[in-house]
Amino acid sequence: MTYTYEQAVIEFDPVMGIEVHVELNTATKMFCGCANEFGAEPNTRVCPVCLGLPGSMPVPNEKAIESAIRLGLALGCKVRDSSRFARKNYFYPDLAKNYQISQYDEPTNYDGELEVVLNDGSSVMIGIERAHMEEDAGKNTHVGGTGGIQGSDYSLVDYNRGGVPLVEIVTKPIEGMGERAAEVARAYVATIRDMVRALGISDGRMEQGSVRADINLSLRPRAEDQASVPFGKRSETKNVNSLRAIEAAIHYEAARQAELLAAGEAVVQETRHWHEDTKSTTSGRSKEEAEDYRYFPEPDMLPVEPDPAWVEELRATIPEHPAKRRARLQDEWGFTDLEMRDVVNADAVALIESTIAEGASSQGARKWWMGELARIANERQSTLEELEVTPADVAELESLIDAGTINDTLARQALAGALAGEGSPASVVKSRGLEVVSDDSALEDAVDTALAAQPDVLQKIQDGKVQAAGAIVGAVMKATRGQADAGRVREIILARAGVEG
Amino acid sequence: MPSLDRDEVARVAALARIDLSESERDRLSGQLSAIVEAVAKVSEVAGNDVPATSHPIPMSNVHRTDEIQPSLTQEQALAGAPQKEDGRFTVPQILGEEA
Repeated sequence: MTYTYEQAVIEFDPVMGIEVHVELNTATKMFCGCANEFGAEPNTRVCPVCLGLPGSMPVPNEKAIESAIRLGLALGCKVRDSSRFARKNYFYPDLAKNYQISQYDEPTNYDGELEVVLNDGSSVMIGIERAHMEEDAGKNTHVGGTGGIQGSDYSLVDYNRGGVPLVEIVTKPIEGMGERAAEVARAYVATIRDMVRALGISDGRMEQGSVRADINLSLRPRAEDQASVPFGKRSETKNVNSLRAIEAAIHYEAARQAELLAAGEAVVQETRHWHEDTKSTTSGRSKEEAEDYRYFPEPDMLPVEPDPAWVEELRATIPEHPAKRRARLQDEWGFTDLEMRDVVNADAVALIESTIAEGASSQGARKWWMGELARIANERQSTLEELEVTPADVAELESLIDAGTINDTLARQALAGALAGEGSPASVVKSRGLEVVSDDSALEDAVDTALAAQPDVLQKIQDGKVQAAGAIVGAVMKATRGQADAGRVREIILARAGVEG
Repeated sequence: MPSLDRDEVARVAALARIDLSESERDRLSGQLSAIVEAVAKVSEVAGNDVPATSHPIPMSNVHRTDEIQPSLTQEQALAGAPQKEDGRFTVPQILGEEA
Protein backbone atom coordinates (compact mmCIF):
# COMPACT_ATOMS: atom_id res chain seq x y z
CA MET A 1 0.00 0.00 0.00
CA THR A 2 1.17 3.50 -0.72
CA TYR A 3 -0.70 5.10 2.20
CA THR A 4 0.56 4.91 5.73
CA TYR A 5 -1.79 5.16 8.69
CA GLU A 6 -0.38 8.59 9.54
CA GLN A 7 -1.04 9.94 6.03
CA ALA A 8 -4.51 8.40 5.98
CA VAL A 9 -5.68 10.06 9.20
CA ILE A 10 -4.18 13.43 8.27
CA GLU A 11 -5.85 13.46 4.88
CA PHE A 12 -9.15 11.95 6.09
CA ASP A 13 -11.12 12.15 9.33
CA PRO A 14 -11.42 8.71 10.97
CA VAL A 15 -14.64 7.74 12.76
CA MET A 16 -14.75 4.58 14.88
CA GLY A 17 -17.33 2.45 16.59
CA ILE A 18 -16.17 -0.31 18.88
CA GLU A 19 -18.10 -3.36 20.05
CA VAL A 20 -16.53 -5.22 22.93
CA HIS A 21 -17.80 -8.62 23.98
CA VAL A 22 -17.10 -9.59 27.58
CA GLU A 23 -17.52 -13.22 28.63
CA LEU A 24 -18.83 -13.33 32.19
CA ASN A 25 -17.24 -15.69 34.71
CA THR A 26 -20.48 -17.02 36.17
CA ALA A 27 -20.56 -20.65 37.29
CA THR A 28 -23.24 -21.50 34.72
CA LYS A 29 -24.39 -20.39 31.29
CA MET A 30 -26.76 -17.51 30.51
CA PHE A 31 -29.98 -19.48 30.08
CA CYS A 32 -29.26 -22.96 31.46
CA GLY A 33 -27.41 -24.69 34.29
CA CYS A 34 -24.54 -26.09 32.21
CA ALA A 35 -21.09 -25.20 33.60
CA ASN A 36 -19.46 -22.13 32.07
CA GLU A 37 -16.03 -23.63 31.70
CA PHE A 38 -13.16 -23.18 29.27
CA GLY A 39 -11.32 -26.19 27.90
CA ALA A 40 -13.66 -29.11 28.72
CA GLU A 41 -14.05 -32.11 26.37
CA PRO A 42 -16.19 -31.11 23.36
CA ASN A 43 -19.97 -31.18 23.81
CA THR A 44 -19.90 -32.20 27.47
CA ARG A 45 -21.17 -28.86 28.86
CA VAL A 46 -24.39 -28.89 26.88
CA CYS A 47 -28.06 -29.59 27.54
CA PRO A 48 -31.35 -29.38 25.62
CA VAL A 49 -31.53 -25.59 26.23
CA CYS A 50 -28.12 -24.62 24.85
CA LEU A 51 -28.42 -27.18 22.06
CA GLY A 52 -31.73 -25.60 21.10
CA LEU A 53 -33.64 -28.88 21.27
CA PRO A 54 -37.42 -28.70 20.83
CA GLY A 55 -39.44 -27.97 23.94
CA SER A 56 -36.55 -26.57 25.99
CA MET A 57 -37.05 -23.24 27.77
CA PRO A 58 -34.34 -20.69 28.57
CA VAL A 59 -34.30 -19.09 32.03
CA PRO A 60 -31.86 -16.21 32.64
CA ASN A 61 -29.06 -16.52 35.18
CA GLU A 62 -29.57 -13.95 37.99
CA LYS A 63 -25.81 -13.69 38.62
CA ALA A 64 -25.24 -12.83 34.94
CA ILE A 65 -27.90 -10.13 35.16
CA GLU A 66 -26.21 -8.75 38.27
CA SER A 67 -22.80 -8.74 36.55
CA ALA A 68 -24.24 -7.05 33.47
CA ILE A 69 -25.87 -4.30 35.55
CA ARG A 70 -22.68 -3.72 37.55
CA LEU A 71 -20.72 -3.39 34.31
CA GLY A 72 -23.35 -0.99 32.98
CA LEU A 73 -23.07 1.13 36.11
CA ALA A 74 -19.25 1.14 35.89
CA LEU A 75 -19.66 2.45 32.32
CA GLY A 76 -21.86 5.27 33.57
CA CYS A 77 -24.94 3.78 31.91
CA LYS A 78 -28.54 4.20 32.86
CA VAL A 79 -30.27 0.97 33.84
CA ARG A 80 -33.62 0.46 32.17
CA ASP A 81 -36.60 -0.12 34.46
CA SER A 82 -37.85 -2.82 32.16
CA SER A 83 -35.71 -4.53 29.55
CA ARG A 84 -36.24 -7.68 27.57
CA PHE A 85 -34.53 -10.25 25.42
CA ALA A 86 -34.84 -10.57 21.66
CA ARG A 87 -34.08 -13.18 19.06
CA LYS A 88 -31.43 -12.32 16.50
CA ASN A 89 -31.96 -14.67 13.58
CA TYR A 90 -29.05 -15.87 11.52
CA PHE A 91 -27.84 -19.06 9.90
CA TYR A 92 -24.48 -20.15 11.07
CA PRO A 93 -23.90 -23.50 12.77
CA ASP A 94 -22.14 -21.97 15.80
CA LEU A 95 -25.63 -21.62 17.28
CA ALA A 96 -27.91 -24.61 17.08
CA LYS A 97 -31.18 -22.66 17.28
CA ASN A 98 -30.68 -20.51 14.16
CA TYR A 99 -30.98 -17.50 16.41
CA GLN A 100 -29.03 -15.92 19.20
CA ILE A 101 -30.81 -14.66 22.30
CA SER A 102 -29.71 -11.07 22.66
CA GLN A 103 -31.27 -7.70 23.46
CA TYR A 104 -32.38 -5.27 20.80
CA ASP A 105 -34.65 -2.30 21.33
CA GLU A 106 -34.68 -2.44 25.12
CA PRO A 107 -31.14 -3.22 26.31
CA THR A 108 -30.58 -3.35 30.06
CA ASN A 109 -27.89 -0.62 30.11
CA TYR A 110 -27.82 2.42 27.84
CA ASP A 111 -26.38 5.90 27.41
CA GLY A 112 -23.12 5.87 29.35
CA GLU A 113 -19.73 7.49 29.21
CA LEU A 114 -16.27 6.12 29.98
CA GLU A 115 -13.13 8.12 30.69
CA VAL A 116 -10.08 6.70 28.93
CA VAL A 117 -6.60 7.88 29.90
CA LEU A 118 -3.98 7.94 27.16
CA ASN A 119 -0.21 7.44 27.34
CA ASP A 120 0.57 11.12 27.84
CA GLY A 121 -1.86 11.39 30.75
CA SER A 122 -4.54 13.24 28.79
CA SER A 123 -7.99 11.70 28.78
CA VAL A 124 -10.92 11.39 26.38
CA MET A 125 -14.55 10.55 27.08
CA ILE A 126 -16.00 7.68 25.05
CA GLY A 127 -19.77 7.65 24.72
CA ILE A 128 -21.45 4.30 25.41
CA GLU A 129 -24.54 3.56 23.36
CA ARG A 130 -25.56 0.41 25.22
CA ALA A 131 -24.30 -2.60 27.16
CA HIS A 132 -26.61 -5.53 26.61
CA MET A 133 -26.79 -9.18 27.57
CA GLU A 134 -26.58 -12.04 25.12
CA GLU A 135 -25.30 -15.58 24.73
CA ASP A 136 -22.00 -16.67 23.21
CA ALA A 137 -21.85 -19.10 20.28
CA GLY A 138 -20.19 -22.51 19.96
CA LYS A 139 -16.78 -23.10 18.43
CA ASN A 140 -16.28 -24.20 14.82
CA THR A 141 -13.24 -26.11 13.67
CA HIS A 142 -12.74 -26.06 9.93
CA VAL A 143 -11.49 -29.25 8.35
CA GLY A 144 -9.69 -29.53 5.04
CA GLY A 145 -8.31 -26.79 2.83
CA THR A 146 -5.80 -24.65 4.71
CA GLY A 147 -7.61 -24.92 8.06
CA GLY A 148 -9.19 -21.50 7.60
CA ILE A 149 -12.86 -20.94 6.99
CA GLN A 150 -12.42 -20.42 3.27
CA GLY A 151 -11.76 -23.51 1.22
CA SER A 152 -12.53 -25.90 4.06
CA ASP A 153 -14.39 -29.10 3.19
CA TYR A 154 -16.60 -29.21 6.27
CA SER A 155 -16.67 -27.98 9.85
CA LEU A 156 -16.97 -29.52 13.31
CA VAL A 157 -18.93 -27.82 16.06
CA ASP A 158 -18.42 -27.90 19.82
CA TYR A 159 -21.29 -26.21 21.68
CA ASN A 160 -19.63 -25.99 25.12
CA ARG A 161 -19.25 -22.21 24.68
CA GLY A 162 -22.75 -21.87 23.21
CA GLY A 163 -24.91 -20.05 25.74
CA VAL A 164 -22.05 -18.65 27.85
CA PRO A 165 -23.14 -15.21 29.14
CA LEU A 166 -21.81 -12.19 27.30
CA VAL A 167 -22.19 -8.47 27.72
CA GLU A 168 -21.77 -6.56 24.48
CA ILE A 169 -20.68 -2.96 24.93
CA VAL A 170 -21.33 -0.68 21.96
CA THR A 171 -19.81 2.79 21.73
CA LYS A 172 -21.37 5.84 20.18
CA PRO A 173 -19.42 7.05 17.12
CA ILE A 174 -15.92 8.09 18.24
CA GLU A 175 -15.06 11.20 16.26
CA GLY A 176 -12.31 13.78 16.18
CA MET A 177 -9.46 11.54 17.35
CA GLY A 178 -7.39 12.05 14.19
CA GLU A 179 -3.99 10.42 14.41
CA ARG A 180 -4.73 9.20 17.94
CA ALA A 181 -7.63 7.00 16.76
CA ALA A 182 -5.68 3.74 17.08
CA GLU A 183 -4.21 4.69 20.46
CA VAL A 184 -7.67 5.69 21.75
CA ALA A 185 -9.20 2.40 20.60
CA ARG A 186 -6.47 0.41 22.30
CA ALA A 187 -6.75 2.41 25.53
CA TYR A 188 -10.54 2.08 25.49
CA VAL A 189 -10.46 -1.72 25.22
CA ALA A 190 -7.68 -1.90 27.83
CA THR A 191 -9.81 0.18 30.19
CA ILE A 192 -12.79 -2.13 29.75
CA ARG A 193 -10.56 -5.16 30.24
CA ASP A 194 -9.12 -3.68 33.47
CA MET A 195 -12.59 -2.69 34.61
CA VAL A 196 -14.18 -6.15 34.20
CA ARG A 197 -11.28 -7.62 36.15
CA ALA A 198 -11.66 -5.05 38.92
CA LEU A 199 -15.39 -5.80 39.00
CA GLY A 200 -14.53 -9.49 39.23
CA ILE A 201 -17.11 -10.35 36.56
CA SER A 202 -14.71 -11.76 33.93
CA ASP A 203 -11.14 -13.00 33.83
CA GLY A 204 -10.56 -10.48 31.03
CA ARG A 205 -8.17 -12.75 29.16
CA MET A 206 -8.10 -11.46 25.61
CA GLU A 207 -5.92 -14.32 24.36
CA GLN A 208 -8.63 -16.78 25.43
CA GLY A 209 -11.34 -14.64 23.88
CA SER A 210 -13.02 -13.60 27.12
CA VAL A 211 -12.72 -9.98 26.00
CA ARG A 212 -12.85 -9.45 22.24
CA ALA A 213 -13.38 -6.42 20.06
CA ASP A 214 -15.01 -5.68 16.72
CA ILE A 215 -13.70 -2.47 15.20
CA ASN A 216 -15.86 -0.35 12.90
CA LEU A 217 -13.87 2.25 11.01
CA SER A 218 -14.76 4.76 8.33
CA LEU A 219 -13.02 7.76 6.81
CA ARG A 220 -14.59 11.00 5.62
CA PRO A 221 -13.09 13.97 3.80
CA ARG A 222 -11.54 16.70 5.92
CA ALA A 223 -13.57 19.91 6.10
CA GLU A 224 -13.76 23.18 8.02
CA ASP A 225 -16.98 22.11 9.67
CA GLN A 226 -16.04 18.45 10.18
CA ALA A 227 -19.17 17.50 12.11
CA SER A 228 -21.36 18.45 9.15
CA VAL A 229 -19.70 15.90 6.85
CA PRO A 230 -21.66 12.62 6.78
CA PHE A 231 -19.84 9.45 7.86
CA GLY A 232 -18.17 7.40 5.14
CA LYS A 233 -18.86 3.74 4.46
CA ARG A 234 -17.44 1.58 7.25
CA SER A 235 -15.79 -1.77 7.53
CA GLU A 236 -16.23 -3.97 10.58
CA THR A 237 -13.14 -5.96 11.53
CA LYS A 238 -14.24 -8.89 13.67
CA ASN A 239 -12.68 -10.62 16.66
CA VAL A 240 -9.55 -8.61 17.19
CA ASN A 241 -8.08 -10.41 20.16
CA SER A 242 -5.19 -8.41 21.57
CA LEU A 243 -4.47 -4.78 22.36
CA ARG A 244 -1.61 -4.77 19.89
CA ALA A 245 -3.87 -6.20 17.18
CA ILE A 246 -6.45 -3.47 17.76
CA GLU A 247 -3.91 -0.77 16.94
CA ALA A 248 -2.55 -2.75 14.02
CA ALA A 249 -6.02 -3.44 12.57
CA ILE A 250 -6.90 0.26 12.69
CA HIS A 251 -3.57 1.16 11.07
CA TYR A 252 -4.24 -1.29 8.27
CA GLU A 253 -7.89 -0.42 7.69
CA ALA A 254 -7.30 3.36 7.69
CA ALA A 255 -4.52 2.98 5.11
CA ARG A 256 -6.58 0.57 2.98
CA GLN A 257 -9.63 2.81 2.94
CA ALA A 258 -7.60 5.99 2.29
CA GLU A 259 -6.07 4.32 -0.71
CA LEU A 260 -9.48 3.40 -2.14
CA LEU A 261 -10.93 6.85 -1.49
CA ALA A 262 -7.90 8.67 -2.91
CA ALA A 263 -8.24 6.60 -6.08
CA GLY A 264 -11.89 7.61 -6.38
CA GLU A 265 -13.12 4.15 -5.47
CA ALA A 266 -15.77 3.27 -2.91
CA VAL A 267 -15.27 1.52 0.42
CA VAL A 268 -17.58 -1.49 0.62
CA GLN A 269 -19.62 -1.80 3.81
CA GLU A 270 -18.64 -5.28 4.93
CA THR A 271 -17.28 -7.56 7.62
CA ARG A 272 -13.54 -8.12 7.48
CA HIS A 273 -11.35 -10.74 9.12
CA TRP A 274 -8.13 -9.79 10.92
CA HIS A 275 -5.04 -11.88 10.19
CA GLU A 276 -2.41 -11.73 12.89
CA ASP A 277 0.29 -13.31 10.70
CA THR A 278 0.11 -10.80 7.85
CA LYS A 279 -1.19 -7.89 9.97
CA SER A 280 -3.92 -7.31 7.44
CA THR A 281 -7.65 -7.77 6.92
CA THR A 282 -9.54 -9.61 4.20
CA SER A 283 -13.13 -9.35 3.10
CA GLY A 284 -15.43 -11.69 5.01
CA ARG A 285 -19.08 -12.39 4.53
CA SER A 286 -20.45 -9.85 2.13
CA LYS A 287 -23.92 -9.72 3.51
CA GLU A 288 -26.22 -7.01 2.31
CA GLU A 289 -28.94 -9.55 3.00
CA ALA A 290 -27.58 -11.40 5.99
CA GLU A 291 -27.49 -8.09 7.88
CA ASP A 292 -31.24 -8.51 8.17
CA TYR A 293 -31.41 -10.28 11.52
CA ARG A 294 -35.20 -9.97 11.82
CA TYR A 295 -35.05 -9.24 15.55
CA PHE A 296 -38.21 -9.87 17.51
CA PRO A 297 -38.99 -10.09 21.25
CA GLU A 298 -38.04 -13.48 22.73
CA PRO A 299 -41.41 -15.05 23.51
CA ASP A 300 -39.92 -17.62 25.90
CA MET A 301 -38.72 -15.06 28.43
CA LEU A 302 -40.16 -12.37 30.65
CA PRO A 303 -38.97 -8.79 31.06
CA VAL A 304 -36.05 -8.02 33.40
CA GLU A 305 -37.20 -5.35 35.86
CA PRO A 306 -34.49 -4.75 38.47
CA ASP A 307 -35.61 -3.27 41.77
CA PRO A 308 -34.16 0.29 41.92
CA ALA A 309 -33.00 -0.29 45.52
CA TRP A 310 -31.03 -3.34 44.36
CA VAL A 311 -29.48 -1.32 41.52
CA GLU A 312 -28.33 1.24 44.11
CA GLU A 313 -26.83 -1.56 46.22
CA LEU A 314 -24.94 -2.74 43.14
CA ARG A 315 -23.78 0.82 42.42
CA ALA A 316 -22.08 0.84 45.82
CA THR A 317 -19.94 -2.14 44.74
CA ILE A 318 -18.39 -0.41 41.71
CA PRO A 319 -14.58 -0.26 42.12
CA GLU A 320 -12.45 2.77 41.35
CA HIS A 321 -11.79 3.65 37.70
CA PRO A 322 -8.76 1.75 36.33
CA ALA A 323 -6.92 5.01 35.57
CA LYS A 324 -7.43 6.31 39.11
CA ARG A 325 -6.32 2.94 40.42
CA ARG A 326 -3.15 3.16 38.34
CA ALA A 327 -2.43 6.62 39.72
CA ARG A 328 -2.92 5.32 43.26
CA LEU A 329 -0.69 2.28 42.67
CA GLN A 330 2.04 4.41 41.09
CA ASP A 331 2.02 6.53 44.23
CA GLU A 332 2.10 3.50 46.55
CA TRP A 333 4.85 1.81 44.58
CA GLY A 334 6.96 4.95 44.17
CA PHE A 335 7.39 4.48 40.41
CA THR A 336 8.33 7.42 38.16
CA ASP A 337 5.92 8.39 35.36
CA LEU A 338 8.20 6.72 32.86
CA GLU A 339 8.45 3.51 34.87
CA MET A 340 4.69 3.39 35.32
CA ARG A 341 4.04 4.03 31.64
CA ASP A 342 6.32 1.15 30.69
CA VAL A 343 4.53 -1.08 33.18
CA VAL A 344 1.12 -0.11 31.77
CA ASN A 345 2.23 -0.61 28.17
CA ALA A 346 3.66 -4.02 29.03
CA ASP A 347 0.33 -4.85 30.64
CA ALA A 348 2.12 -5.64 33.89
CA VAL A 349 0.10 -3.61 36.43
CA ALA A 350 -1.95 -6.54 37.71
CA LEU A 351 1.08 -8.88 37.64
CA ILE A 352 3.19 -6.46 39.68
CA GLU A 353 0.32 -5.85 42.09
CA SER A 354 -0.07 -9.61 42.67
CA THR A 355 3.69 -10.04 43.01
CA ILE A 356 3.80 -7.38 45.72
CA ALA A 357 0.83 -9.03 47.40
CA GLU A 358 2.92 -12.23 47.42
CA GLY A 359 5.54 -10.40 49.45
CA ALA A 360 7.92 -8.84 46.90
CA SER A 361 9.13 -5.24 47.01
CA SER A 362 7.70 -2.90 44.37
CA GLN A 363 11.08 -2.27 42.73
CA GLY A 364 11.91 -5.98 42.87
CA ALA A 365 8.62 -6.89 41.19
CA ARG A 366 9.15 -4.23 38.54
CA LYS A 367 12.78 -5.26 37.96
CA TRP A 368 11.93 -8.88 37.14
CA TRP A 369 8.70 -8.39 35.18
CA MET A 370 10.03 -5.46 33.16
CA GLY A 371 13.57 -6.82 32.82
CA GLU A 372 14.34 -10.50 32.35
CA LEU A 373 10.72 -11.64 31.93
CA ALA A 374 9.85 -8.84 29.48
CA ARG A 375 12.93 -9.79 27.47
CA ILE A 376 11.87 -13.44 27.36
CA ALA A 377 8.26 -12.56 26.49
CA ASN A 378 9.53 -10.33 23.70
CA GLU A 379 11.77 -13.11 22.40
CA ARG A 380 8.82 -15.51 22.37
CA GLN A 381 6.42 -12.92 20.94
CA SER A 382 4.09 -13.61 23.85
CA THR A 383 2.53 -11.52 26.60
CA LEU A 384 3.89 -11.51 30.14
CA GLU A 385 0.73 -13.21 31.31
CA GLU A 386 1.25 -16.13 28.95
CA LEU A 387 4.65 -16.91 30.49
CA GLU A 388 4.63 -19.95 32.78
CA VAL A 389 5.76 -17.88 35.72
CA THR A 390 3.39 -16.68 38.42
CA PRO A 391 3.60 -13.59 40.65
CA ALA A 392 4.28 -16.02 43.53
CA ASP A 393 7.31 -17.38 41.63
CA VAL A 394 8.72 -13.88 41.17
CA ALA A 395 8.19 -13.04 44.84
CA GLU A 396 9.92 -16.29 45.78
CA LEU A 397 12.83 -15.42 43.50
CA GLU A 398 13.30 -12.09 45.25
CA SER A 399 13.20 -13.67 48.69
CA LEU A 400 15.87 -16.20 47.60
CA ILE A 401 18.10 -13.32 46.51
CA ASP A 402 17.45 -11.37 49.70
CA ALA A 403 18.32 -14.41 51.78
CA GLY A 404 21.64 -14.68 49.92
CA THR A 405 20.75 -18.15 48.62
CA ILE A 406 21.23 -17.01 45.01
CA ASN A 407 22.55 -13.95 43.20
CA ASP A 408 21.06 -12.25 40.13
CA THR A 409 22.90 -14.48 37.68
CA LEU A 410 21.66 -17.64 39.40
CA ALA A 411 18.20 -16.08 39.70
CA ARG A 412 18.00 -15.83 35.93
CA GLN A 413 18.88 -19.52 35.69
CA ALA A 414 16.22 -20.37 38.29
CA LEU A 415 13.72 -18.37 36.25
CA ALA A 416 14.69 -20.20 33.08
CA GLY A 417 14.09 -23.47 34.92
CA ALA A 418 10.70 -22.31 36.14
CA LEU A 419 9.77 -21.27 32.59
CA ALA A 420 10.82 -24.68 31.35
CA GLY A 421 8.33 -26.26 33.72
CA GLU A 422 10.84 -27.50 36.29
CA GLY A 423 8.81 -26.13 39.19
CA SER A 424 8.99 -23.03 41.37
CA PRO A 425 12.26 -21.06 41.55
CA ALA A 426 13.07 -22.58 44.98
CA SER A 427 12.71 -26.12 43.67
CA VAL A 428 14.74 -25.28 40.54
CA VAL A 429 17.51 -23.89 42.77
CA LYS A 430 17.48 -27.21 44.63
CA SER A 431 17.23 -29.53 41.64
CA ARG A 432 19.83 -27.67 39.55
CA GLY A 433 22.07 -27.04 42.56
CA LEU A 434 22.13 -23.30 42.04
CA GLU A 435 22.91 -22.15 45.60
CA VAL A 436 25.60 -19.54 46.00
CA VAL A 437 28.79 -21.22 47.23
CA SER A 438 29.22 -19.71 50.67
CA ASP A 439 31.52 -22.40 52.00
CA ASP A 440 34.71 -20.38 52.60
CA SER A 441 37.11 -23.27 52.19
CA ALA A 442 35.74 -24.04 48.72
CA LEU A 443 36.03 -20.36 47.79
CA GLU A 444 39.54 -20.09 49.24
CA ASP A 445 40.65 -23.06 47.13
CA ALA A 446 39.21 -21.44 44.03
CA VAL A 447 40.89 -18.10 44.84
CA ASP A 448 44.25 -19.78 45.39
CA THR A 449 43.99 -21.63 42.10
CA ALA A 450 43.14 -18.39 40.27
CA LEU A 451 45.98 -16.50 41.98
CA ALA A 452 48.44 -19.22 41.01
CA ALA A 453 47.35 -18.89 37.40
CA GLN A 454 47.87 -15.09 37.45
CA PRO A 455 50.90 -14.64 39.73
CA ASP A 456 51.39 -10.90 39.09
CA VAL A 457 47.98 -9.91 40.46
CA LEU A 458 48.84 -10.19 44.16
CA GLN A 459 51.77 -7.77 43.75
CA LYS A 460 49.56 -5.27 41.88
CA ILE A 461 47.02 -5.31 44.69
CA GLN A 462 49.73 -4.82 47.27
CA ASP A 463 51.00 -1.87 45.16
CA GLY A 464 47.59 -0.26 45.66
CA LYS A 465 45.91 -1.34 42.42
CA VAL A 466 42.98 -2.91 44.23
CA GLN A 467 40.90 -3.05 41.04
CA ALA A 468 43.26 -5.77 39.79
CA ALA A 469 41.34 -8.12 42.09
CA GLY A 470 38.55 -8.01 39.50
CA ALA A 471 40.41 -10.42 37.23
CA ILE A 472 40.59 -12.98 40.02
CA VAL A 473 36.94 -12.49 40.99
CA GLY A 474 36.05 -13.12 37.33
CA ALA A 475 38.15 -16.27 37.22
CA VAL A 476 36.55 -17.60 40.41
CA MET A 477 33.03 -16.84 39.17
CA LYS A 478 33.84 -18.68 35.96
CA ALA A 479 35.27 -21.65 37.82
CA THR A 480 32.18 -21.86 40.05
CA ARG A 481 29.80 -21.24 37.12
CA GLY A 482 28.49 -18.06 38.71
CA GLN A 483 27.68 -19.70 42.02
CA ALA A 484 30.17 -17.78 44.13
CA ASP A 485 29.25 -14.79 46.24
CA ALA A 486 31.37 -12.16 44.44
CA GLY A 487 31.62 -9.92 47.52
CA ARG A 488 32.98 -12.73 49.65
CA VAL A 489 35.47 -13.76 46.93
CA ARG A 490 36.81 -10.22 46.84
CA GLU A 491 37.25 -10.21 50.61
CA ILE A 492 39.24 -13.44 50.46
CA ILE A 493 41.50 -12.09 47.69
CA LEU A 494 42.21 -8.90 49.64
CA ALA A 495 42.91 -10.95 52.78
CA ARG A 496 45.40 -13.07 50.79
CA ALA A 497 47.13 -9.86 49.67
CA GLY A 498 47.07 -8.56 53.23
CA VAL A 499 45.17 -5.44 52.16
CA GLU A 500 42.15 -3.84 53.83
CA GLY A 501 39.03 -3.88 51.60
CA MET B 1 -52.49 -1.27 3.57
CA PRO B 2 -49.31 -3.18 4.42
CA SER B 3 -48.75 -6.27 2.39
CA LEU B 4 -46.05 -8.74 1.44
CA ASP B 5 -45.40 -8.95 -2.27
CA ARG B 6 -43.80 -11.93 -3.97
CA ASP B 7 -40.30 -10.42 -3.88
CA GLU B 8 -40.55 -9.79 -0.15
CA VAL B 9 -41.72 -13.37 0.42
CA ALA B 10 -38.80 -14.63 -1.68
CA ARG B 11 -36.35 -12.51 0.35
CA VAL B 12 -37.64 -13.69 3.74
CA ALA B 13 -37.67 -17.28 2.46
CA ALA B 14 -34.05 -16.93 1.38
CA LEU B 15 -33.12 -15.53 4.82
CA ALA B 16 -34.90 -18.46 6.49
CA ARG B 17 -33.31 -20.95 4.06
CA ILE B 18 -36.72 -22.13 2.84
CA ASP B 19 -36.88 -23.19 -0.76
CA LEU B 20 -40.22 -22.03 -2.20
CA SER B 21 -41.60 -22.78 -5.63
CA GLU B 22 -43.15 -20.05 -7.78
CA SER B 23 -46.67 -21.15 -6.92
CA GLU B 24 -45.89 -21.31 -3.21
CA ARG B 25 -44.59 -17.75 -3.35
CA ASP B 26 -47.83 -16.59 -4.93
CA ARG B 27 -49.96 -18.45 -2.44
CA LEU B 28 -47.94 -17.37 0.62
CA SER B 29 -47.77 -13.79 -0.55
CA GLY B 30 -51.59 -13.66 -0.43
CA GLN B 31 -51.87 -15.49 2.90
CA LEU B 32 -49.11 -13.54 4.64
CA SER B 33 -50.58 -10.25 3.41
CA ALA B 34 -53.89 -11.21 4.98
CA ILE B 35 -52.12 -11.88 8.30
CA VAL B 36 -50.18 -8.63 8.20
CA GLU B 37 -53.37 -6.74 7.45
CA ALA B 38 -55.13 -8.36 10.37
CA VAL B 39 -52.28 -7.35 12.69
CA ALA B 40 -52.39 -3.82 11.29
CA LYS B 41 -56.01 -3.56 12.43
CA VAL B 42 -54.82 -4.13 16.01
CA SER B 43 -52.47 -1.14 15.69
CA GLU B 44 -55.43 0.99 14.66
CA VAL B 45 -57.31 0.10 17.81
CA ALA B 46 -54.37 0.23 20.24
CA GLY B 47 -53.59 3.89 20.89
CA ASN B 48 -50.66 5.40 22.77
CA ASP B 49 -52.39 4.55 26.04
CA VAL B 50 -51.90 0.83 25.39
CA PRO B 51 -48.32 -0.22 26.21
CA ALA B 52 -46.53 -2.59 23.87
CA THR B 53 -46.45 -6.10 25.22
CA SER B 54 -44.30 -9.05 24.26
CA HIS B 55 -45.83 -11.52 26.68
CA PRO B 56 -49.47 -12.25 27.50
CA ILE B 57 -48.91 -12.77 31.24
CA PRO B 58 -47.92 -9.71 33.32
CA MET B 59 -44.91 -11.27 35.04
CA SER B 60 -41.26 -10.27 35.21
CA ASN B 61 -37.94 -11.32 36.75
CA VAL B 62 -38.26 -15.08 36.49
CA HIS B 63 -34.63 -15.98 36.99
CA ARG B 64 -32.46 -18.90 37.92
CA THR B 65 -29.75 -19.10 40.61
CA ASP B 66 -26.22 -19.56 39.31
CA GLU B 67 -25.88 -23.22 40.25
CA ILE B 68 -24.48 -25.92 38.01
CA GLN B 69 -26.95 -28.57 36.86
CA PRO B 70 -25.96 -31.85 35.20
CA SER B 71 -25.24 -31.61 31.48
CA LEU B 72 -25.76 -34.28 28.86
CA THR B 73 -22.93 -36.69 28.14
CA GLN B 74 -21.14 -36.32 24.84
CA GLU B 75 -22.89 -39.46 23.56
CA GLN B 76 -26.31 -38.08 24.54
CA ALA B 77 -25.52 -34.69 23.01
CA LEU B 78 -24.47 -36.24 19.72
CA ALA B 79 -27.19 -38.91 19.66
CA GLY B 80 -29.32 -37.02 17.15
CA ALA B 81 -26.47 -35.80 14.99
CA PRO B 82 -26.64 -37.07 11.38
CA GLN B 83 -22.83 -36.97 11.33
CA LYS B 84 -20.18 -36.56 14.00
CA GLU B 85 -16.40 -36.60 14.36
CA ASP B 86 -14.06 -36.26 17.35
CA GLY B 87 -16.95 -35.61 19.73
CA ARG B 88 -18.22 -32.77 17.56
CA PHE B 89 -21.14 -32.18 15.23
CA THR B 90 -20.17 -32.37 11.58
CA VAL B 91 -21.74 -29.61 9.49
CA PRO B 92 -21.46 -28.86 5.78
CA GLN B 93 -18.91 -26.38 4.53
CA ILE B 94 -19.64 -22.97 6.06
CA LEU B 95 -19.63 -19.80 3.97
CA GLY B 96 -19.39 -21.79 0.77
CA GLU B 97 -22.26 -19.77 -0.60
CA GLU B 98 -21.16 -16.48 0.88
CA ALA B 99 -17.38 -16.40 0.65
